[in-house]
Amino acid sequence: MDLILFLVFGAIALVCAVNVVVQRHPISSAVSLIGVMGSLAILYLLLGAEFLAAAQVIVYAGAVMVLFVFVIMLLNAGTEIRQGQSFTVQLLGVPVLIGLLVLLAFLGRLLSRPETMVRFGDFHGGGPKAVGEALFTTFLLPFEATSVLILIAIVGAMVLARKEMD
Amino acid sequence: MQLWLIPLFPLAGFLVNGLLGRRFSRSLVNLFAIASVLLSFVWVLKTLYGLGDLPAAHVEHYFTWIRSGSLDIGCDFSVDRLTAVMLLVVTGIGSLIHIYAIGYMAHEGGYRRFFAYLNLFMFFMLTLVLAANFALLFVGWEGVGLCSYLLIGFYFDKPFATTAGNKAFIVNRIGDFGFSLAMFLIFVNFQTFDFARVFAQAPGAPVGTLTLIGLLLLVGACGKSAQLPLYVWLPDAMAGPTPVSALIHAATMVTAGVYMTARAWVIYAHAPAAMHTIAIVGIATAFFAATIGLAQNDIKKVFAYSTVSQLGYMFVGVGSGAFGAGIYHLVTHAFFKALLFLGAGSVIHALSGEQDMSKMGGLWKKIPWTFGTMACAAMAIAGVPWLSGFYSKDAILVAAYQQAPWIYWLGVATAGMTAFYVFRAMFLTFFGDYRGDRHPHESPPVMLVPLVILALLSLAGGALFPVPEFLRGFFHAAEAPEDFTLMAISVASGFIGIALAALMYLFKPGMAGAFAGRIGGLYKLVYNKYFVDEAYDAALVRPLVGGSRAVLWKAIDAAGIDGAVNGVGARARDVGALLQRIQSGNIRSYATWVALGAVLLIFVMGLAGGIVR
Amino acid sequence: MQQVPTSWFLMLAAALFTLGVAGFLFRRNIVTVFMSIELMLNAVNLSFVAFAHQHRQVDGHLYAFFVMVVAAAEAAVGLAIILTVFRNRGTLNIDDVDSMKD
Repeated sequence: MDLILFLVFGAIALVCAVNVVVQRHPISSAVSLIGVMGSLAILYLLLGAEFLAAAQVIVYAGAVMVLFVFVIMLLNAGTEIRQGQSFTVQLLGVPVLIGLLVLLAFLGRLLSRPETMVRFGDFHGGGPKAVGEALFTTFLLPFEATSVLILIAIVGAMVLARKEMD
Repeated sequence: MQLWLIPLFPLAGFLVNGLLGRRFSRSLVNLFAIASVLLSFVWVLKTLYGLGDLPAAHVEHYFTWIRSGSLDIGCDFSVDRLTAVMLLVVTGIGSLIHIYAIGYMAHEGGYRRFFAYLNLFMFFMLTLVLAANFALLFVGWEGVGLCSYLLIGFYFDKPFATTAGNKAFIVNRIGDFGFSLAMFLIFVNFQTFDFARVFAQAPGAPVGTLTLIGLLLLVGACGKSAQLPLYVWLPDAMAGPTPVSALIHAATMVTAGVYMTARAWVIYAHAPAAMHTIAIVGIATAFFAATIGLAQNDIKKVFAYSTVSQLGYMFVGVGSGAFGAGIYHLVTHAFFKALLFLGAGSVIHALSGEQDMSKMGGLWKKIPWTFGTMACAAMAIAGVPWLSGFYSKDAILVAAYQQAPWIYWLGVATAGMTAFYVFRAMFLTFFGDYRGDRHPHESPPVMLVPLVILALLSLAGGALFPVPEFLRGFFHAAEAPEDFTLMAISVASGFIGIALAALMYLFKPGMAGAFAGRIGGLYKLVYNKYFVDEAYDAALVRPLVGGSRAVLWKAIDAAGIDGAVNGVGARARDVGALLQRIQSGNIRSYATWVALGAVLLIFVMGLAGGIVR
Repeated sequence: MQQVPTSWFLMLAAALFTLGVAGFLFRRNIVTVFMSIELMLNAVNLSFVAFAHQHRQVDGHLYAFFVMVVAAAEAAVGLAIILTVFRNRGTLNIDDVDSMKD
């Protein structure tokens, strides 16, 4: 059961991710990205991260991506025209990507203990209670810091996106 | 005894006048300059009075200057009988000349600078004389060379003055090279620079080593005291103001070489070959310089060559084992040569800058005091009996006869020539008709009083200060017995010289010209100082300068070193230009580089952590 | 087998990350590039959660949570910047924004 869940939603995530990169109109990419985030939420559930799955859907897919869609529609961005790449990207791009993939996969394989298996429901420490406890004790300082960060982001975004006063 | 105060007073004068004197009035500059030297003189008197008989050296140790391995050089001053004589000469004559210079330099620019340099010179000279080891003596040695350079080139806007300063310094350096080698040898053999310890060990050292040390010290002395072949700087040094010529190039600095060889008498006493070489160099220089002095027209040049010649006499004294006589002549020479120079300065001042004797004449009526005092000096240097020069010159010649009679006979001839050229100068300057176009006026009292004092010293100083007796205990050398025949011959030679000069320049003025015409080529040779300077220039200076220019400058410095340094810069620029191409402004290429870097970094971290193998 | 090895999650995360990098390097539209960045961040979140599960700790969740917060803030400001760039340059082509070149 877990295997099928993983395979299905993992495949959806991968296909949507490929779509993000491949699609020519930004709005298609945005929608595909929402798909990726949704699949990832399911995978989080599989891993026992209930709170995070909810946060992913509400914040990430629900707020950030909506913001993206708004901006794309505001900018009226059209489809991309095919154009040449810079020399560096042409030369190094693909080898770097392949290297990156191989390296990360290798590391991932190595760093995970082979006997650990994921089963739906075998980790109960991801609920809101556990997250809340950790958030307000061990991670209090980062929590407060991110509050300030969000404040700054709000102010910054407002200042930057404001229309010039004529 | 606070010996350190003796050189400190002039140093303080230098610092005050040099650093702060810009806003001082002339009187204030005078005050500091003269007071510092006079205080030094007074302190010398007090110290010598306090030390009494000076049976042995009185040493004061101040601090350790260098200590490295077995090398231990302290800042030590010592006073013994030899030092006492030198101290009195330096501070006494120095004070008189400082006072004279107030009057002489009254119309000159750079007044404060002059006195600052003069004080600095006194400081170094006193350090040289008071030093208790070779290293500290060398400090003073170099320091007086520096001050000589600064003062010769005092009129630094005139090229001939600066060239003369350069010449003095460079030729001195050649001598200093010999001195340095001697010091190295001394250290290698005796493990110390301290006078007391070196001279205690010297009698036990092998004769060859002592001879080599002695000869190298002689090279140094030749440079500083203007002996053959390193005398060429002294005549040119007349480019400096006349008080400088009197103080540095007559009375004190040039005698440093004589002082140094006398100080090292223990070494020379045990290395007879070196000592004999000193005598030979001395007499050769004395004779040679006297011949040049016969034909000069510039009054200061006559006295300059006379100084070289008289220094040669001092070396003859030292080289014949009569160290006391050599120092005696140093003292009397300081009296009458300083007087001659200061008197010449008075004449030049009277004539508003004229130095050519062919444009002088008949001045004895117009500047009587100058004439009178210079006449005293002229008689002293000619060896007129019972004046100061008579005693000292005679002592030297008698000792020389003991060593080698031919030196005595050359010395007699030189004495005759000395009398001749000095009186030639006197007659040309003061007698006959005035051949110039200036308005001669007598010098102010501030210049005349030192002249009078020096005249008295020139007349009576020989009898008043029996230096050889005073130094007899110090030098442990037997004095030569009085020999009246030898004395009579040298006195007669002097009188013959005076008479000849009177004949040629006083009674029959045209005779000199006719004589010069008859011996044509020889006269030209002597008048042009035997073309020695030109020979040095062609043989040494030109090849050296040309070689330096072609090889050291163009090849090594410009092409090699500059090329390498600039090349490094050029290569850096090239590499930079190469790397600049990464900064294309294209964000995606930047991102590619970042990603590449990240991949490599993770790989390396994995390798380091042992995860990737 | 009914269970999924943790390493599979990590490899999935690696693949998603690489795709994000690919999108970043090869796409020309600024907004698309930004979305590729978001994709990369999600891949990282996945690996955090996977490791948290492996070590049976909640800390990984917390890290992922903070990544999300920061990503949200970054998205806000970044899009505001894109708006400004679009207003000043009139283009959404990332290659045209190259005034930083030497």
